[in-house]
Amino acid sequence: MNDALDVAWRLLIIFVVFLTFPLIVGQTEHKVMAHMQGRLGPMYAGGFHGWAQLVADGVKFAQKEDVVPAGADRRIFQLAPAVALLPYLLVLLAIPIGPSKGAVGEVIDAGVFFVLAVMGVGVLGSLMAGWASANKFSLLGGLRTAAQLLAYELPMLLTAASVAMAAGTVSIPGILDAFRWWWLPWQIVGAIVFFVAGLAELQRPPFDMPVADSEIIFGAYTEYTGLRFALFLLAEYAGIVVLCGLTTVLFLGGWHGPWGADGLGWVWTLLKTAVLAFIVIWLRVTYPRLREDQLQKLSWTLLVPLSLAQIALTGIVKVVIQ
Amino acid sequence: MSLAAETHGFLSPTGVEIAFLLVGLVTFGAALVTVTTKQLVHAALWLVVALGGLAVEYLLLTAEFIAWVQVLIYVGSVVVLLLFGLMLTKAPIGRSPDADSGNRWAALGVAVAAAAALVWVVVDAFRATWIDLDGPAAGSTDATGASLFQNWVLPFEALSVLLLAALVGAIVLSRKAKTGVSQPTAGKADTGPVTAGRTQASQATPGKTSASQGTAGKADREGTP
Repeated sequence: MNDALDVAWRLLIIFVVFLTFPLIVGQTEHKVMAHMQGRLGPMYAGGFHGWAQLVADGVKFAQKEDVVPAGADRRIFQLAPAVALLPYLLVLLAIPIGPSKGAVGEVIDAGVFFVLAVMGVGVLGSLMAGWASANKFSLLGGLRTAAQLLAYELPMLLTAASVAMAAGTVSIPGILDAFRWWWLPWQIVGAIVFFVAGLAELQRPPFDMPVADSEIIFGAYTEYTGLRFALFLLAEYAGIVVLCGLTTVLFLGGWHGPWGADGLGWVWTLLKTAVLAFIVIWLRVTYPRLREDQLQKLSWTLLVPLSLAQIALTGIVKVVIQ
Repeated sequence: MSLAAETHGFLSPTGVEIAFLLVGLVTFGAALVTVTTKQLVHAALWLVVALGGLAVEYLLLTAEFIAWVQVLIYVGSVVVLLLFGLMLTKAPIGRSPDADSGNRWAALGVAVAAAAALVWVVVDAFRATWIDLDGPAAGSTDATGASLFQNWVLPFEALSVLLLAALVGAIVLSRKAKTGVSQPTAGKADTGPVTAGRTQASQATPGKTSASQGTAGKADREGTP
C-alpha cells in the first residue's frame, strides 16, 4: 500500500511540474521578450506585472469553439495534440533533480535512450496534424517538420552517446554520479550541439521554419483552434523545459555545484535549467529564422561532424585516463 | 521439459504472461490493419501501434534497452521517414482507390511462410527457457552490452560493415545526377570522360532514364572536349 501511495505521490508531483513549469517559461518569455524589445509586456492580468496572463490565455482558449475542418481526417486531427504533448510528460519522469533516490520520478536503466526515444515520438503529433488538416500549408509544415527531425535527431543522439561513453552508463542518475567538474570543458562541444539540435527538434526560433508564419501561416497547426491549439503551444513550452532539464543533467552536472550537494542539489538543477530556458528565449529574440537549406546544411555539415569529433575526443580521453 | 512444465504451468498464468498475451494480440491486430487498410497514412500510424506494441513486449521480457532502441529507431525515425515519403505522394485524406495489389495472395503466402519459419526457429531454440522476472533483469543494458560485445561481436561487426556499405551506396546513388550538372563549370578534361562514361552506363540501364539524368548526360557531352 505504501508503495502505491509513493508512486501516486511522485506521479502527482510530476504532473504538477508538467502543468506549471511550461507556463512559467511562457510567462518569462512574454516578459523577457518585451523588455529586450523595450516594451513592458503583459501588465494587467492578475495585477502584479501581469503574472496571470497565461492563465487568462488558457481560459480564452478553453472558451473558443473547437473547429475540425470538413475535409480533415477527423480522428487523427483530434488525436494529434495528445500525441504531441504526452511524450514530454513521460520524459519528465526520467529527469532527476537531486542526488537522493527520491528525487527522480522513476529510475530507468537505459534512461538516455528512453528520453531520446520518447521525445522523438512527440514529433509524430506534428506530422499527424500536418497531414490530417487537409491544408497545403499544414502539409508543407509537416514536411518541413519531418525533414528537420531527420536531420537533427542524429547529432542529438551522437552527443548523448558521447556523454554515456564518458560516464560508462546510459542511466541518467548514473551519469550524474560519475560527473566531475572537468567534464564541462571536455564535453562542451557536445553540450552545444545537443542544445542546438534540441532547439531545432522543438522548432524554436531560429529553427522555426516548419511554422514560419510569413510563409506557411503556422505550419502543421494552421487549422487548429481553441484547446487543441493551446495543447500544441503547451507541448512547445513543455519541450523547452524538457530540453533544458536534459541538457542540465547530461552535460552541466545537474545537482553538482559549489556549496550544493547536501540537500540543496535540486536548487542547482532548477537554476541551471532556468538559465538555459532564458538562453532559449534570448535566441528567439536575437536570431533571424534560418532558411530551409541553411537548416539542413547546419545539421549535416556542421553539427554531425562536430558530434563525431566529440565522440572521438571522448573515446581518446577515456582511454588515456583509464 | 517436464521440469519446466512442473514449475511453470500454462493453466495458471501470471499477470505478466496475461499482459504479454494481450499486448501481443493488440500488436498482431495493428499489424493486420496496417497491411489491409486502404488509407495510406493510417497504415503508417497503425504501424506505430504495432511497433510500439513490440517495444512493450520487449519491456515485459525485461529487455529494457532493446525496447527503447526499438522506439527510438522504428517509431521515432523509420515511421517519420515513411510519413515524410507519404506526404510527398498524392495520398488522399480518405481511401486510396488504387491501394490494392494483385500480389496480395502471394504476399500472404510469403508472410505466413516467414512467420512459420520464425516461430519454428524460436520455439525450437528456447523450448523450455523461462525468464526469471524476480531476479536481476536478464535483458538490462549491462547484460545486453556484455553479451553483444563478448559473444556476438563478429556478427555485430559484420552487420555494421554491411550498413556502412549501404550508407556509402545510398550516397553514391544520390550524387549521380549532380556530377553531370557541375561538370560544365568545372570543365576538366581528365575527369570528363570518366563522368561521361558513368552517365552513359546509367542511361543504358533500362527503365532508369529519368529527365534529370537525360539532361545531365547532355550537359556532360557538351562539357567533354
